[in-house]
Amino acid sequence: MAVTLSERAASHVANYMVKRGKGIGLRLGVRTSGCSGMAYKLEFADVAHPDDIQFESYGVRVLIDPKSLPYLDGTELDYAREGLNEGFRFNNPNVKDACGCGESFNV
Amino acid sequence: MALLQIAEPGESAAPHQHRLAVGIDLGTTNSLVATVRSGLAVVLSDELGRPLLPSVVRYLPDGSSEVGYEAQARQSLDPRNSIVSVKRFMGRGLQDIAHREGMPYVFDDAPGMLRLQTAAGRKSPVEVSAEILRTLRLRAEASLGGPLVGAVITVPAYFDDAQRQATKDAARIAGLPVLRLLNEPTAAAIAYGLDNASESIYAVYDLGGGTFDISILRLARGIFEVLATGGDSALGGDDFDHRIFCWMLEAAQLKPLSVEDSRMLLTRAREAKEYLTFHGVAPINARLNSGEAVDLTLTTEIFAEISQTLVAKTIQPVKKALRDAGLSVADVKGVVMVGGATRMPQVQHAVGEFFRQEPLNNLDPDKVVAIGAAKQANLLVGNGLAGDDWLLLDVIPLSLGLETMGGLVEKIIPRNATIPTARAQEFTTFRDGQTALAVHVVQGERELVSDCRSLARFELRGIPPMVAGAARIRVTFQVDADGLLAVTAREQTAGVEASIVVKPSYGLSDGEIAGMLRDSMLHVRDDALQRALKESQVDAQRLIEAVSSALATDGDLLSGEELARVEHGIVKLQGAASGENRRQIMLAMDDLEAETKDFAARRMDKSIRRAFAGRNISELDSEVLATRAGETA
Repeated sequence: MAVTLSERAASHVANYMVKRGKGIGLRLGVRTSGCSGMAYKLEFADVAHPDDIQFESYGVRVLIDPKSLPYLDGTELDYAREGLNEGFRFNNPNVKDACGCGESFNV
Repeated sequence: MALLQIAEPGESAAPHQHRLAVGIDLGTTNSLVATVRSGLAVVLSDELGRPLLPSVVRYLPDGSSEVGYEAQARQSLDPRNSIVSVKRFMGRGLQDIAHREGMPYVFDDAPGMLRLQTAAGRKSPVEVSAEILRTLRLRAEASLGGPLVGAVITVPAYFDDAQRQATKDAARIAGLPVLRLLNEPTAAAIAYGLDNASESIYAVYDLGGGTFDISILRLARGIFEVLATGGDSALGGDDFDHRIFCWMLEAAQLKPLSVEDSRMLLTRAREAKEYLTFHGVAPINARLNSGEAVDLTLTTEIFAEISQTLVAKTIQPVKKALRDAGLSVADVKGVVMVGGATRMPQVQHAVGEFFRQEPLNNLDPDKVVAIGAAKQANLLVGNGLAGDDWLLLDVIPLSLGLETMGGLVEKIIPRNATIPTARAQEFTTFRDGQTALAVHVVQGERELVSDCRSLARFELRGIPPMVAGAARIRVTFQVDADGLLAVTAREQTAGVEASIVVKPSYGLSDGEIAGMLRDSMLHVRDDALQRALKESQVDAQRLIEAVSSALATDGDLLSGEELARVEHGIVKLQGAASGENRRQIMLAMDDLEAETKDFAARRMDKSIRRAFAGRNISELDSEVLATRAGETA
């Protein structure tokens, strides 16, 4: 069971955290929402919850709540550039299908 | 799939609900667009990685246009159709434009705003600005991957209503929803996070390519107030280039140059200027068309010397702005540097020396306004951190209120209230059976309507006839973020409603506002006395109305002698109320009230007798029971 960051994603996260001036890591999760059932949560983490499962990738701490982990297991978070747009992308092997834009998905 | 950004804890947006918002610095020379990404404000670059968009629009004969670097490159070949510095024409009539004989454009006069004759037809400055905004919008949508919820667009602090409205119209034509217009110096202060700093006075020194602006801001309770502005609309970085250019001509003893050579040497001059920001000496090498070589070395010292008068020229307006604000250098807590030309060490030095402190310059001075606007836009669409969920930046300069009986002002929204805001107050009718209410909206600090400024009048009709004081009329004043006031009056029982929209600041200059405030301070005591007098007069009138209407219905309850005494009381009170002596009015009112006390008791008895007449006890009992049942149901 693991969730990882790509090196590029980790360096961007680390950079954002420095500029933000606080935070202990990155919180990933899923929640039921959106047109295809589930949506990702991608947030800065200021506190760790007791039941959080934690990983570390290239020096960045990743926190995941235990309920979300089954849906995210094996995911690599990458940082990508598409034309002028750039941002984070979940490469999640559990996803069966996603809505057109990929903002919500189904496992 | 979609690319995601990191959100603040607990604030991940639901799918398809990203609130994409941008800040736009619509500049005279260059424009920029910025956004907040993963909590960080960044300027969005074009496909070639260039953050700036030159504010140049070139119109082509086929009706199309090109914007930015493309247009700038062909500007000298097609000056008539290449519109530069269109911001100077926004909201301006032909007679407002100085030196227009020196401009390559064909102007047309039109009511309200001038027009430009181009190969693509007659264009208003609003349309030209819209081209720039559209280009920035497309860039932002490509960068952010979706349509924008809205934009904050910056304007100079000295822009008047017409210029601001023109900017908004341009955004509308460009398909860009405007969240708010923001003053440029305020945006720069926000970029530096001064909105979270201590309440104090800040100066914003903005030396751009062709304009210089100084603004003195006061931060109080998270709100920036522009205390004074000043500047020179014909002074900027380009003048420094020109000084170097002149120095080159002299130092290399050049003969009069061709247009191409001049332009080439001006470019070299600008490069040397930029080089000197980080180096002590700048080599200047060029080969003229004639084959003649130019080989010079410009040192920081020489540059400082030849540009000394230009730097000094910026300090004069700074002094004046401080004087206008009634402040001294010691009052200024921080100085924000804006505009590429503030990178020049001699400018930094002069400003630091004048204000006796290091100016704030660690953000890119070309981007600082756009960054502040982006931060503001991000907050306005609700993407902000929990805790600073709303940033209020504008205040109402003068109180807004209503005229009430006796020509008095009832203030609904006090001066310095932050906008957007909404306040409501209940009013009632003055006369029995009154079916309409005149609403007169006024602006000002004085107690009497005649001393305030009238903004609008409207009537609420269709109030059901009731006794005086029974109707409940809720008057709501709502001021949106752009200072537009909407007044609504609604009668609560019948639900009739009337409303009006006014622009309260329209046509009022800062000087007039200051004058109105000064007046109000001078007249505080007078006004309070006047108000008290007027209030007594209104009370007296109300009592007379009430007694007269009681006499009309129940006059028969009084003996002839009693009736005469009450009527005498009314006449006496009427006499007092038309005078200016508040004490006399109060006394006459007391008399009349004492005289009618018995009368009131008798009327009460009579109405009770009438209510119960012809009914027996059991009927009344069942009615009481029914009421109780209703209460518990």
